[in-house]
Amino acid sequence: MKTIIALESIEKHFSGSVVIPPLSLSIAEGEFLTLLGPSGCGKTTLLRMIAGFEEPTAGEIFLDGKPLTNVPPYRRDMNMVFQQYALFPHMTVEENILFGLKMKKVPAAEQQRRLEEVLQYTHLAELRKRTPKQLSGGQQQRVAIARAIVNNPKVLLLDEPLGALDYQLRKSLQLELKNLQKNLGITFVYVTHDQEEAMAMSDRIAVMNKGRIEQIASPAEIYNHPRTLFVATFIGENNIFRSGDASIAVRPEKIRLYPLEVEPDKHRMTGQITDMVFLGNLRKLYIRLYDEDMTVLAHEYAGDSRGWRAGDQVAIGWAPEDEVTLRC
Amino acid sequence: MNTWRRRALSGYSWAMLVFLYLPIAILMLYSFNQSRINAVWSGFTWKWYVSLFENRQVMEALGNSVTIALISSVLATLLGTAAALAMKHFSLRWRSIVHALIYLPIVIPEIMMGLSLLVLFSQLHVELGKATLVMAHVTFSMPFVMVIIAARLADMGSELEEAAQDLGATPWETLRHVTLPLISPSILAGFLMSFTLSLDDFIISFFVAGPNSTTLPLYIYGLVKRGVSPEVNALSTLLIACTVLLVVVAELLRRKDSKSITL
Repeated sequence: MKTIIALESIEKHFSGSVVIPPLSLSIAEGEFLTLLGPSGCGKTTLLRMIAGFEEPTAGEIFLDGKPLTNVPPYRRDMNMVFQQYALFPHMTVEENILFGLKMKKVPAAEQQRRLEEVLQYTHLAELRKRTPKQLSGGQQQRVAIARAIVNNPKVLLLDEPLGALDYQLRKSLQLELKNLQKNLGITFVYVTHDQEEAMAMSDRIAVMNKGRIEQIASPAEIYNHPRTLFVATFIGENNIFRSGDASIAVRPEKIRLYPLEVEPDKHRMTGQITDMVFLGNLRKLYIRLYDEDMTVLAHEYAGDSRGWRAGDQVAIGWAPEDEVTLRC
Repeated sequence: MNTWRRRALSGYSWAMLVFLYLPIAILMLYSFNQSRINAVWSGFTWKWYVSLFENRQVMEALGNSVTIALISSVLATLLGTAAALAMKHFSLRWRSIVHALIYLPIVIPEIMMGLSLLVLFSQLHVELGKATLVMAHVTFSMPFVMVIIAARLADMGSELEEAAQDLGATPWETLRHVTLPLISPSILAGFLMSFTLSLDDFIISFFVAGPNSTTLPLYIYGLVKRGVSPEVNALSTLLIACTVLLVVVAELLRRKDSKSITL
């Protein structure tokens, strides 16, 4: 696959402190790449460097093979969807969408054609004469997307574009965004701290921590085979068992519970159930181990309940293929 | 809260308002008084206003005041806006230093500023007159414009400007199509503010005015030396009315502006 964006040993220092140590990354044309990490991990800074709003302290960014140093943001062939949408309050929906085409001096007829197309595509035709203030959060978000994609950018940069919306709307827009990306074939670089969102949409996820990329892989790979302790604990829930120098991670849904006298060859540890939390489709069981100072989390799905109760003594085990050895 | 305390507090508030506004109210009231003497009410009249508008010296002073206020507020608005826009590009440390330096003229005693300008003009052998008044007025009103606009820009943040650049607008196009339209109500508010400041100024003008550049406040001061006549009351009433009107309009603009930006 062709590389559309390449970061080569990009570094960023802010007033003496290192925000991003040398980092390299290549993004393939047409892929949906998510930069995922806790706040302050450098993901937004990385995105802003690609957009041109921040200058890397060292290193080089390439777009389609051409270096971007000294190329100001208004000459970079990509567009950004801002966290708070940044719609121009003194312009209507239509004027907001046309802004980019006007700045690039696209012929008027072409402007109209593309405007109509994108209005249809984003279901905004009826709202075209409204100002941003007269729109709901979800509608504003749509305008922000329309305003960006009308320019046919090579790359769309999205900075937590769903962060300001409520849970239900976010869920439905995740699907919409993913479909939009597939249909347009534009490369998406998406920043979020929401791992569920990253899982639902991405082709690849780059998990970031303290300015570094800890792991970059498909959502399934990241979930099933986390490479570092940070990835194992940041993505989903996990049980981390330490043995000597290494750590072993086992997902709660892979933990099996046995009565003390049943199938003793599969027991690895024993403990007591301290808490149970009912979540509808599953129950979370917290097991305090006897031999180690730790609490293990196990998921029990509706239907295969053994009727455990708080206070019960249990043995826990897991299949060898379900454990992941982590480097520290 | 018990009733007694509530009454005492509201009584106190009223007393404060009376204390603040009674002198002005009396001054305005006596501008409509038949009698020349400012102490006895002898009936309603407009005659002092009529004689005011027939007085050549008053009209000349008014002309001077308005001309100087117009020119100086236009200049102060241009310079203040440019300064506020430029400040955004400084690093945080420099910005606070420059901000403090520009803020200073707002708080230093006017008499010092008047005196220092007088010294400056005489050192440079600039003849005192309308030009020196304009320069002085620009000097003291520009910081106000800058503070108003800098506050607006800070509220606005940089996201909208970044969005414009992201969509292909050069810095100039961003200024023209996004920044200026969004801060225009504040620019107008700053203009009205500096117009009012210029119109009202006495102390600094007192130092830097020349023989042919008497402004209204200076003229009123001259009249008072010969005793307060109802004409002075009438003139002051007009000045107060203009000032209040301008300040109210400026404040309304400023508020409308802050609403329009926060979505």
